[in-house]
Amino acid sequence: MSLVARYLESNGLPTVVMGSARDIVEQCGVPRFVFTDFPLGNPCGKPYDVPMQRAIVGIALDLLETARHPRTTVQTPFQWDTVGDWRTTYMQISARAGENEEST
Amino acid sequence: MSEFDASHRLFVSYIDKSRAYYLARGYGNPYRWARHEDAPFASLAKPLSTSRVALISTAALPADERSLREVYAAPTAPPPVALFTDHRSWHKTATHTRDVESFLPVRRLEELVAAGRIGGLSPRFYGVPTDYSQRRTVDEYAPAVRDLCRADAVDVALLVPL
Repeated sequence: MSLVARYLESNGLPTVVMGSARDIVEQCGVPRFVFTDFPLGNPCGKPYDVPMQRAIVGIALDLLETARHPRTTVQTPFQWDTVGDWRTTYMQISARAGENEEST
Repeated sequence: MSEFDASHRLFVSYIDKSRAYYLARGYGNPYRWARHEDAPFASLAKPLSTSRVALISTAALPADERSLREVYAAPTAPPPVALFTDHRSWHKTATHTRDVESFLPVRRLEELVAAGRIGGLSPRFYGVPTDYSQRRTVDEYAPAVRDLCRADAVDVALLVPL
């Protein structure tokens, strides 16, 4: 998706990537990136949380107006929960060698 | 603020995670992610209040196998009530994608049109397959999306990978 953003931008169409895989997007290098530190799947806000979704879309539009240079990243102020287990349960590798748990 | 192990980086590295995951499963040839030193930049041609905004997703259409493999366009009115996401590697034990607005915010953008923040919403949103082939993405999918954006007179694009 980041490659598509680069292509569109090269063709004169301003873009914003809204996502949660920060390293993948930033390594590819995109013009503008709105990062939300959530588990993959809800880059525009938590399900059914309309105020949060409105805020994140608003941040993306603001970034279109304010960015002056490529590779501009803005992080939204939201956190998924107060536990943070989701950070370790994605693509988790079990402690026993050779056994892996499908968690994606 | 949550308890957090400060010996780890703050955000999850999906490049590290996927490499370790597939190495542990016996795949010793890690995926080589796209990497660029520079990035293009296009300035807004006109104010957002008069601009037409498009959404571009990695989700597919329900009961439409072609949308898994090809670039597609689908109407934004009425907003889609469900999209197919099972084929994508989002965090399926931590969240869900039953609320389309959480990854394709058509209604949120409609509200912003009504409020005058943006000029309009493209009559269609666009889907891009996620492909291991960066060449196919750049040479086939990206030009197809550009052509759809031009056909719909899109001024700016929000790309929302799951």
